[in-house]
Amino acid sequence: MFIAATIAIIIAMVLALMRALLGPTIYDRVLAVNLFGTKALLLIAVMGFLTDRPEFLDIALVYALINFIATIAIMKFFRFAHLGHPHQGDNLGDL
Amino acid sequence: MILFLMAIAAFGIIKLRNLFAVVMLSGIFSLLAASLYVHLTAVDVAFTEASVGAGISTLLMLATLAITGEYEKKHTTNNLFPLLIVVVTGAALIYGTLDMPLYGAANAPANLHLIPRFIEQSGTEIGIPNIVTSVLASYRGYDTLGETVVIFTAAIGVLVLLGRGRNRWRPGISADAPSKDEENEV
Repeated sequence: MFIAATIAIIIAMVLALMRALLGPTIYDRVLAVNLFGTKALLLIAVMGFLTDRPEFLDIALVYALINFIATIAIMKFFRFAHLGHPHQGDNLGDL
Repeated sequence: MILFLMAIAAFGIIKLRNLFAVVMLSGIFSLLAASLYVHLTAVDVAFTEASVGAGISTLLMLATLAITGEYEKKHTTNNLFPLLIVVVTGAALIYGTLDMPLYGAANAPANLHLIPRFIEQSGTEIGIPNIVTSVLASYRGYDTLGETVVIFTAAIGVLVLLGRGRNRWRPGISADAPSKDEENEV
């Protein structure tokens, strides 16, 4: 069962990679990278169970956090063109 | 299979002219490399690759893209001679790895002499219960010191380049500088 899951995840990785290669808009590519990070951590988790090392699950959890923060940072960069505080006035940069 | 996907991503990075897509593909490449490191049970390297390669360096390249344009210029020069040099160098490197022992071979020199010594004697020699910590902090102490000096020099260079701006007390500058240092660490 884990082998079937691994194959399915790798196929999904290929599809996400195709979307990142072909994707016409910026948001397709950002979403492809986010999806690819999710697939990578799923692959790590499944491979951990496949090789009888279930402690890889913790590593996959940390990967999920890193992936989330990276996507938020990329999108925030798009919205505000920098990561620091806003230049003056509004507090939109403190999202 | 992961190597195959990495090859696809690398060809995409070379071929695509849209630099934003190239940045995204390099993030994917870093994620693939990180999962490859996890499968080689080098978990700490994988963490560094995932956070620095997929996170921080992607952001730094996006910051560069905000300054420059989004599309790469087409260049029409002849690429045959650099290709020849790269092929020869790669062949020499592969030839150099031919007489190395196989990955994880029991009769490799590192597994015969070094690792049993570390396992048996590092506890009494160094006094640190964790073998990896004692190797990193004591046996390879000069190596680690050299790395620290390199990172420190890079930090000074970045601070010299960035710190003399017109608004030097803006919080963005001091938040940008350490991330570039971490990129140099890899």
